[in-house]
Amino acid sequence: MSKPMILATGLRKTFGDLTAVEDVSFSIEPGDFFGFLGPNGAGKTTTIKMLTGLARPDAGSLEIAGIECSGNVKAAQHLIGVVPDESNLYPELTGFENLSFCGALYGMGRAAREERASLLLEAFGLGEAGHRKFGGYSRGMKRKLTIAAGIVHKPPILFLDEPTTGIDVESARHIRKLLANLHGTGTTVFLTTHYIEEAERLCGRIAFIVNGRIVRQDSVDNLLAPVKGISQLTVYCANRPDESVLADLRHAFPGHVFTPEKGSVLSVQSSGAFFIAPLLSFLEERGVPVLEAVRGRPSLEDVFVSVTGIGREQMRKEGKR
Amino acid sequence: MKHGIALYAILSKDMKAYYLKPPNISWGLIFPLAWTGMFFIRSGGGLDDIMGLLPGVTALAILFGTTSMLAVTVTFEKKNSSFDRLLLSPLPLEMLMLAKTSGAILFGVVNAMVPVLLAIVFTGLSGVNWALFFPTVLLIAVVSAFLGLFVAVAVSEVFEAQTFSNFIRFPMVFLCGLFFPVSDLPAFLRPLSYALPLTYGADTLRWAFLGKGSMSPQLNIAVLCGYCLLLFALTIRNVRRKWIL
Repeated sequence: MSKPMILATGLRKTFGDLTAVEDVSFSIEPGDFFGFLGPNGAGKTTTIKMLTGLARPDAGSLEIAGIECSGNVKAAQHLIGVVPDESNLYPELTGFENLSFCGALYGMGRAAREERASLLLEAFGLGEAGHRKFGGYSRGMKRKLTIAAGIVHKPPILFLDEPTTGIDVESARHIRKLLANLHGTGTTVFLTTHYIEEAERLCGRIAFIVNGRIVRQDSVDNLLAPVKGISQLTVYCANRPDESVLADLRHAFPGHVFTPEKGSVLSVQSSGAFFIAPLLSFLEERGVPVLEAVRGRPSLEDVFVSVTGIGREQMRKEGKR
Repeated sequence: MKHGIALYAILSKDMKAYYLKPPNISWGLIFPLAWTGMFFIRSGGGLDDIMGLLPGVTALAILFGTTSMLAVTVTFEKKNSSFDRLLLSPLPLEMLMLAKTSGAILFGVVNAMVPVLLAIVFTGLSGVNWALFFPTVLLIAVVSAFLGLFVAVAVSEVFEAQTFSNFIRFPMVFLCGLFFPVSDLPAFLRPLSYALPLTYGADTLRWAFLGKGSMSPQLNIAVLCGYCLLLFALTIRNVRRKWIL
């Protein structure tokens, strides 16, 4: 069996009285796409900083590609690429110069790094912008170039901290596609994100982190196993169904789980068949007109909510920040 | 070899992004010219005074040229997180800090040449011990750059870097024997003078230009080397403590 690419055991980090990360352990195999999912302040960025050498763990051990680097990640830094949560390239340099500079930091010769910079600019759709200063780029372009800078030296391990936060939908989609392609070439990816759908779409394994602790980690298939076969209906009502209506619903439709969401939205889950028409009629008769009903399957978001107790709305809000 | 490529890339990037910008070049030229002119007019002794003023003005040009940008740019890069990109590279921290200071050192050395070239134009500048002059200029530039780096790591805001730099630099103008001997200072200030590295740099330049000084050049150079090592070690320690959390 091959050695894990990243092996973290009992990592802990405190800042004064605040414990940012406590007893964080995971093992990431070569070629894994590992997601680290949690709300703001959960300890995602602190963990990534410890893994990449920008923070020293107070306790625990860390191995990267078999190199013991608990006290000093420097020995393994040539193997890793990092895309921080901020686009931190040099505003006064062009996109091409930034990539070439980043290649030089890893000892790449001029010809090799310039060829790689041109290739990446094309791959990331920045070919024409390559000779413009980074300071003049849009937010989405900045994120793309920051990701390109993280892989300019072809690292076998890539750390991404919130790569699609705060950028437009089109850029985010392009970035997800690029990351999937990158993973397809064998790169081990460690991704932190607020976006549960993003993690579900990209990652093979996921850890949920809340208040500095990992509360659950498993493959996406295993995480979704408890909700497999469950049908879900999201009902958008004209007014919020009160407790008596909910009690009647539960009585009239046994085997269904009714959960009021924010506003006038009602979530209905069932492990068996759905009889939508009687349900909607029942609501209408009880003075709760239905505007729209959307059928679906429970997602990783539902698993996250049930495991962490953190509401969907909170995660969505944080994703927009 | 790989570290050499990284070091050269950081130096080139800093030169292009910061040191070779027109405002900085003009500052580098105008500042020593202004000091030379001011002390020349104040002395009233005509061209004969140039040789007497040259060690102080040269030392000052290096000090201000070297520290003017370094403290600010390092603080700026740390503030906008681009310095983290350097910390994430496999370049050892010691080499990284040398790379960041090399641009400032080079700029300080070039600044030192401004008053010297002027003196050559006006006086011909004969009898200078160039073998002592060049290593001394380099040592003053190195110690000044490390001082700037020490300031940059000690503060977290760009304006703090500027204030702290001036807090250190301006007293040196008067305390380091640049334009009048340390022996002319009040007795209670003299220990402070001898605690400042520029005192030893200016005295060595006096040996190079005038063939005389108040301390031996060997002692001066040894003290300057000691300051370089001390400031560099302190800076590395501070970076590890403050920036690698």
